[in-house]
This record gives sequence, C-alpha cells and structure tokens, in this order.
Amino acid sequence: MKKGLTKLSLALAASAFAMSAQAQTFVFCSEGSPEGFNPSLYTAGTTFDASSKTIFNRLVEFEVGTTNVEPGLAESWEVSEDGLEYTFHLRKGVKFHSQKKGFKPTRDFNADDVVFSFLRQDDPEHPYHKISGGSYEYYNGMGMPELVKEVVKVDDYTVKFVLSKPEAPFIANLAMDFASIFSAEQADALLAAGTPEKLDLDPVGTGPFQKVQYQKDSIIRYLGNQDYWKGAPQIDRLVFSITPDASVRYAKLKAGECHVMPYPNPADVAQMAEDSEINLMSQEGLNVGYLAFNTQKKPFDDVRVRQALNLALNKQAIIDAVFQGAGKVAKNPLPPTIWSYNDATVDYPYDPEKAKAMLAEAGVTDLKTNIWAMPVQRPYNPNARRMAEIIQADWAKVGVDAEIVSYEWGEYLKRSKEGQHDTVLLGWTGDNGDPDNFLSVLLSCDAVGGGNRAMWCNETFSDLLEKAKQISDQGERAKLYEEAQLVFKEQAPWVTVAHSVVYKPVRKEVQGFKIDPLGGHHFYEVSLKD
Amino acid sequence: MFQFIFKKLMLVVPTFIGITLLTFTLIRLIPGDPIEVMAGERGVSPERHAQLRAELGLDQPLLIQYKDYVVNIFHGDLGKSLITKTPVMEEFASLFPATVELATCAALFAVLVGLPAGIIAAVKRGSIFDHSVMTFSLTGYSMPIFWWALLLMLVFSVNLGWTPVSGRLDVTYWIDEVTGFMLIDTLLSGEEGAFASALHHLVLPSIVLGTIPMAVIARMTRSSMLEVLSEDYIRTARSKGMAPLRVIVVHALRNALIPVITVIGLQVGILLSGAILTETIFAWPGIGKWLIESIARRDYPVVQGGIMMVATIIIVVNLIVDILYGVVNPRIRHNK
Repeated sequence: MKKGLTKLSLALAASAFAMSAQAQTFVFCSEGSPEGFNPSLYTAGTTFDASSKTIFNRLVEFEVGTTNVEPGLAESWEVSEDGLEYTFHLRKGVKFHSQKKGFKPTRDFNADDVVFSFLRQDDPEHPYHKISGGSYEYYNGMGMPELVKEVVKVDDYTVKFVLSKPEAPFIANLAMDFASIFSAEQADALLAAGTPEKLDLDPVGTGPFQKVQYQKDSIIRYLGNQDYWKGAPQIDRLVFSITPDASVRYAKLKAGECHVMPYPNPADVAQMAEDSEINLMSQEGLNVGYLAFNTQKKPFDDVRVRQALNLALNKQAIIDAVFQGAGKVAKNPLPPTIWSYNDATVDYPYDPEKAKAMLAEAGVTDLKTNIWAMPVQRPYNPNARRMAEIIQADWAKVGVDAEIVSYEWGEYLKRSKEGQHDTVLLGWTGDNGDPDNFLSVLLSCDAVGGGNRAMWCNETFSDLLEKAKQISDQGERAKLYEEAQLVFKEQAPWVTVAHSVVYKPVRKEVQGFKIDPLGGHHFYEVSLKD
Repeated sequence: MFQFIFKKLMLVVPTFIGITLLTFTLIRLIPGDPIEVMAGERGVSPERHAQLRAELGLDQPLLIQYKDYVVNIFHGDLGKSLITKTPVMEEFASLFPATVELATCAALFAVLVGLPAGIIAAVKRGSIFDHSVMTFSLTGYSMPIFWWALLLMLVFSVNLGWTPVSGRLDVTYWIDEVTGFMLIDTLLSGEEGAFASALHHLVLPSIVLGTIPMAVIARMTRSSMLEVLSEDYIRTARSKGMAPLRVIVVHALRNALIPVITVIGLQVGILLSGAILTETIFAWPGIGKWLIESIARRDYPVVQGGIMMVATIIIVVNLIVDILYGVVNPRIRHNK
C-alpha cells in the first residue's frame, strides 16, 4: 500500500504541480479540526464532515441535497401497527475498511455492528460506554435513552428497535450523524488489546472514504473506498486542508489549492459571484433566527403587546443591514427547505401606527424593556448587536425604550434558559430535517426552561405537536404542523426574523457537488473535470 | 560557573508556582460555563449538566481542583482536553514541532537579515542605506501582522503564484508523520520534491513571523554598534592601523552583541510560544492557535497545561540566554 501510494504521488508530482492536472485528489478547505472521529461523541458539524459523512454509513441516510430519508445500510424497514416496533432489513455484502496498519475485517457488516453502535450509547454497563469521556450529547439530546427500550438482533441481517412510545421523527433521528455504524469486530479486537479508546481515533466504517492520516490542525487524508457498496467514489483521494481563516480559504480557492470552501466571509460573496473560476452556489439554510419574548413576564404575557411589537419592526431593513444579502425574512419558525413549511402564513406587516394603537389598547405606555444580543456570530444571525440596535430604534418609534444587554456566550445561554431576559435574540439550526426538531425543541411546553426561550406554553400548539409525533404518515403529520404554525403566528411568542442563505463557493472544475440543507459536506458524488 | 547556573535555577521555582496559580485562577475568572459553551443553543438538562460537571471534576471546591492540578503536574500529567478528550501533553507534543520549525526559520530570517543590516547601518551611519534600514525596520515593527500576512499572501501566492497560500506541504505528498518536523519527515520519506515543497511552504510564514523580530534586532544592533564604535578602544585599534573589517568584527561586534543576544533570546522565546496570528492565517498547526481556540472553548486543562508548557519554554530559553551571557561576557558571571 505504502509503495503504491509513493508511486502514485511520484507519478502525480511528475505530471504537474498544478491542481487541475491531478484529477484524483480533491481538496476541501475545512474551517477547523474535528473534535475526534466518533460522531456520536461530539456535536460540531466540522467533526461530522470529517467522520460520519466520509467514513461511516447509517441504517437510513438523508438523500444528499434534501432532508428526505432514504435507505442506507438498511435496505428496507417496517413499522408495527402501534408504532412501537421498527424492524430493519440489513444490506448484505457490505465491507468495512481495512487498515494498512491495524484492523483488518474478517466478516461483512451485520446486525452485531448495529447493536454495538446503539448499545454503546444506550447502556451505561456496556464496556464501551465510558470510553473517551462517554458523553453522547446527541443521543441524549434527541431523547433516545428514554425512547429506545430495546435493540434486538433478530438474525444476522435483521434488527428490531422497540420504543417506549410512538415517535414519528425516530426514522429521521436514525439518519443523524450520531447513529453512524461502527464495526463491532474492530471494537472487540481493540478491547481485547486493551486500547478501546483507539476506536474513537482511528475507526473503520463502511463509508465512501477511508481515513488514512490526521495531523491535528493541519490535514486529514482519506482514500476512496474501492469496495464501497454504492460503487467506488469518483475521486481517489480526498484531503481536508484545515484553514480556519475565511479570507485565507478564499485565497486558497482562488490559487487552486482547494476545490470547495465552507463559510465564506459575507463581505467576499459579491466578489466571488464575479470570479470566473468560481461557481458560487447558494441555498436557504435549515435555520431560523428569532427574537423571543419572555411570555412569563409582564407585559409580554399579553398577546396584544407581542403582536404590536411584531408590527413595529421593519424586518426587511434588518435583513439588508445585518445579512448583506445572506439572509431572507422569516415568517414561520420553520425554514422553507423543511417539509410542512406553511406558505399560507401571513406575516405581520411593518405598521408602526397600528403597533402604537395596539399598545395603547393593551394599556402599555412608556414601556421600558431589554433586548439581549448574542456575543457570537451564527449563520442565522451574523451580527446580533447590529440587529438589536435596529430593533431598538424601530421600537423607539412606537414609544418603547429598550436597553441592549449582552453576556459571554455560556452565560448568555444559561441566563436566557432561566428566563432572565425580557426579549432575547437567538436561533436554531435543524438536526434532522424533521419539523418536530424545530417546533418541539423551541416552542413546546416541555421545552420551557430549556430550548423554549419564550417560556411559552400553549396547549393547542403543544397538543398538535404531540398528535403529530404519534402518526407515521408524513402527509397527515404535515397538516398538523401547518396548523401549529398558524397558532404560533397568531400568538406571536417570537418575532421570526430571518433564515440565512448559505453560500458555497466551488471551483469551476468541480462537478456533482450539492449543498446539504442540513449543513454537512458530502464528497461521494463529486468529481473533477479535466 | 555552576554556582551561577544554580542560582538562576533556584529563581525558576517561585516563577513556576506563580504560573500555576495565575493560569488556574485567570481562566476561572473569565465568566462562562464550559458545559454551556459546549452545548451551545441545544443546551443540556440540569441533571445532565450536573453529571457532566462531576465527570469533568468541576464540581469540586477550587482549592481541591488546584491541589489535583498541581499534584498531577508533578506526575507529568496535564490532564485531558475537555473537548477532544486527548491528553494535553499528547496534543502539545503533536503541535509543538510545527511551532519550533516555524520559529526557527523565522528566527533565522530575523537574525540573518536583521544583524547584518544593523551592523552596516551603524558603520555607514547617515548614509542612504542607514536611513532606509531604519525606515524599513520601523515600518516592520509597527506593521499589523494579519494585514502584512494577507498582503504578502495576495501578492505572492494569489497574484504571482510564487508561493503556496497556506499549509505545510503540497497535498500531493502523503508523508508519514515521524518527527512532526516537516523538513525532516519529508527527507525521511525519500519522496522526490517533498522537501522542496515543505521548504517552499515555510517561506511566507517565516518572513511574516520574522518581520518584527528582524526589525527589533536591526535597530538594537545598530544602536549598540554605534555606542561601541564611539568607544576609546575602537579609536585606539583604528589608530594602530588595524584593518577596518577586523576592528568591526573582532573588537566592536563582540561587545555590541551582548544586548543584542538579550533581544534575540527574548524574541526566540516569544516565537516559540506560538504565533497566534501567523499560525491562524497560514493554517499552521502550532500551539499559538491551539491555545487561543482553547480559551474560546473554556477548555481549562488545555489552557492551564498549554500555558504551563509555554511558560516553561520561555523560562528555559531565558536561562540559556543568561548562561550565554556568562560565556560572552565574563564580567557578568563573576559579578555576584
């Protein structure tokens, strides 16, 4: 293998130094180092790009470029009548990667690997549970420990999940990064060798690329998996060149040192659009930026006040000033790329006169309040301070005096969770493309004191969400969510401010690259034109 | 001489204690809960929060945490990163070679350019060369590094295509990591062109990182030389009819070098502690970038351990400089 690599690179080096000549090496200028290579232990997108998107597969996967779920390592599945049993039929003949130095699989993928990958996260007694810190934030965060009662191997190619309650978003959860399938055989071998933590640093998977080398903060190297069950990827080698500065990523892209870069500077986007060597791709992000009213504090417990403050804002002006073209006005708490997005919702127009009248009607005069502005940049809010200033000015016009408050990020999250704010700017990026992942997490009664920064508990709304969770038919569910969005809009616990627009500059010779609405980067289908 | 070294070594002990106390308290004074920062918008339940605090040892009283920290240092254990769960020592060891490599090249650039420039400027005092060296070094000294780096990158890498934009090696070379020093690893790999590529990648970052030290060294050498050149013994040497070059190199330079060595030592110490801006801009996997990212993530063990290591390096470099003094100037070693 090593000799082969050396020969190959000699041949490549001899052919030319210019990137375009080396059709097989694809370079992604990633924005940071992965936290590790086990996607179930971590939560950062950077980590998922470097692990779950390249090395691993899941039972079901998101069709790249959409939020639809398609078969992955499971060819098909059935759900029992009561919605409590999910039976998966596994794909046969799927090979795990074979390492140059280290693990060499002796068998194909089977049910043991699935059981291992889930029990490690679920069972505190599992020999691997406590390895590498043993905190499974996503598994816990998605409520899996309470939801999954049992994971049963029926036979070598059939696995059954028994749930404690019907939960329609369960399938979408299984397509998430934390549900990546590891090799139980590798895990056993490492445990026997007394080095189980190596499983999280140097795992094998069944995915399109095999990790060859990682130099912290510098580079990750992958080889295309020639035995991949969907067929070998078109690029032989994939390199993540870790480049934290956005201007430098752009310089590298221009110089041909990388083919795709994530997260451009908003200020560079206009220039990128005109660059003849760059194809600037864009899509609305799977996120929402909002201003939440603390509905447990006076006068925000009065729906008229919340509606009035919605009417008082000129949202388009906010988007123009804060997003510099990288944002769209939001009218729903769901982004438009998600199914069940209700396009019939009518947003509050900008009408300061009516706002004033409504405030007067509610008996609110000389209102003194605060606006909390996040100290960090997020795609859904690249400049919270600026946004807060515009909101402050708009509200001043209707006689509301708002003070801008900010804390260090950890403090900000903690205090706003406790409801210390009057109004708070925050946002959310979807995990699994399921509407429940926005509405329940951010607005249900259960989420008060957690993700529900409006501290808003509306029974009609929460009942609709609960009902939708019990049905597995997507069409039926969509109707309930559409209705819930109307309730939300009328009750106005938030000002829905914006959805970001995600820009992905890609070199012209790149073919087959798709923007993932879930924020990941996929390279299986990409190729380079000569 | 031994007594001299021993005395210097004893002074190191209180410095170390001070450093452990400072790093330990300072990072804890910054507001912000590492668990909240880790969880982000997603948040964690109060039960999970408490559980994580216990797992990370953050629920212990500060005094106990400090005691554990110091005891572990004596066992050579700097703890594990809260984020990557890797031992701090291991992360440091994997990143430090890159910092050393860049620091060495930057220091070489600074000394090889700064020293001769300073000497010539002093000898040809008032000439055009002198004025241009002084102007250039003042500019170099006050140049914002990130701007200078991006400027050079745009001109030489993007527009002219002379140097690579960032990274340590061309992506076509797949080299096994043996020592962590790219120049050595590429030689060991035996791959044709790899060493040249590694060297090529070092050019811009070394110049950027070496600019300020170079300016400092040039100015220091010049003023120190000027002072020495006006001494009586130089006049005597000259009047004896000694060759001008010999007067400058043997008589003047040796004495003028003493303050310059101090400056070089200080600069090398700074370079070795990692260059945050240069490393970030050139995507150089060194310890400066590692530390700054860890501060942002409230990764206590990395910040404590990393600063500890950096402080140790600076202390060691200073110690070496002090000893070098003794070698260059016998008066220092004999003055008690």
